[in-house]
Amino acid sequence: MAEIFKVEIITPDRIFYEGEAEFLEFTTTAGDIGVYAKHIPMTTVLAPGAVIIHKDDDEVVAAVHSGFAEILGDKVTLLAEIAEWPDEIDVSRAEAAKARAEEHIANKTMETDIKRAEFALRRALTRIDVASK
Amino acid sequence: MASMRDIKRRKNSVTSTQQITKAMKLVSTVKLQKARTRAEKTNPYTDQMYKTVSSMMRKSGNIIHPYLTAGESERKAVIVITSNRGLAGGYNSNVVKLITNGDFKKEDLDIYALGSKGHDALARRGYNIKENRSDIMDDPTYDDAMKLCRTVLDSFAKGEVGEIYLAYTHFKNTVTHIPTLIKLLPVDTTGMEEAEVDDNVMMNFEPNTEEALDMIIPKYVTSLFYGALVESVASENGARMQAMDSATSNADEIISDLTLKFNRARQGAITQELTEIIAGANAIN
Repeated sequence: MAEIFKVEIITPDRIFYEGEAEFLEFTTTAGDIGVYAKHIPMTTVLAPGAVIIHKDDDEVVAAVHSGFAEILGDKVTLLAEIAEWPDEIDVSRAEAAKARAEEHIANKTMETDIKRAEFALRRALTRIDVASK
Repeated sequence: MASMRDIKRRKNSVTSTQQITKAMKLVSTVKLQKARTRAEKTNPYTDQMYKTVSSMMRKSGNIIHPYLTAGESERKAVIVITSNRGLAGGYNSNVVKLITNGDFKKEDLDIYALGSKGHDALARRGYNIKENRSDIMDDPTYDDAMKLCRTVLDSFAKGEVGEIYLAYTHFKNTVTHIPTLIKLLPVDTTGMEEAEVDDNVMMNFEPNTEEALDMIIPKYVTSLFYGALVESVASENGARMQAMDSATSNADEIISDLTLKFNRARQGAITQELTEIIAGANAIN
């Protein structure tokens, strides 16, 4: 059995998750990463994506948008500005946001803030993705 | 001596005022409890944020980054958190005093006002109000904090302001609220050096230290700001609870004083009437 380490997901309004994991997956600005115990200490910036916590063949999935992660050998702390469980996600709202963002990107004009629209699209996709798991 | 009727009327009016202050005290007690729970829930986030940022500061040494050095502009942005409602004792005026009695030059300030009481007080004194977002105080959310922070950080990035301050009321406990002025940007690193050191860990930053700072410092500022928001709401209700409590007990004092006066006036009237009757009877005999 793999070694376990502590995982904490903290948002401004609550301690979202506190527990242990054997393996943790999440998305950073540099791409998806997976963390086992005794990872080298690292601080990295989160991108919108799913966080998957593996323990005892169980998986816990949550959506996390923007924030950063502090990885220490025996503990990983995710400071997220927004975090949601799959059952908290309003899929129809996410679908609407997705359509809106896609429209913004398709009909781009000088005023369109393309980065913001892309960010919104990724957030919506993450929500839809996590909710369907 | 005031007539019995006057005293009675006055007593009735004080009694109904007391009922109002009592009710307001109860309301703010309930609101305080809610606000305090909320403030406590944000603590882990802000604490962790502070720890991470201070460890970054220690390890990154003397790197030069726009967020860590004051801008060239003389202007200073000040975010002022007060309440939308009065009757909270010195709560609002204490925050305003931080600015009027501080070392700031009035001409150099851009005020971002949250809470109409602070906005009105500063506008009356001729301060330059850049933005009035008093609506946020009704129900502050992290989203609101993020949006306002982005505006303020933008003006820092554009060089419109050289420093950013935050004036709010620190909620120490139910009875102690401390009006506080902190510097948000450039990041104040004093005190961070002494924070609990566990430097054996060699932290890596991804993508690299500078970019990580770029992303994390705005979040750090937002978290400080949001923490200040929820603490201010708790302080406001705490201050109002105290103010209404002393108003209620003052009303009690006035009522007992008026009761005494009323009884004395009534006794005086009775005595006078008796004297008149006796004098009348004597006159007939």
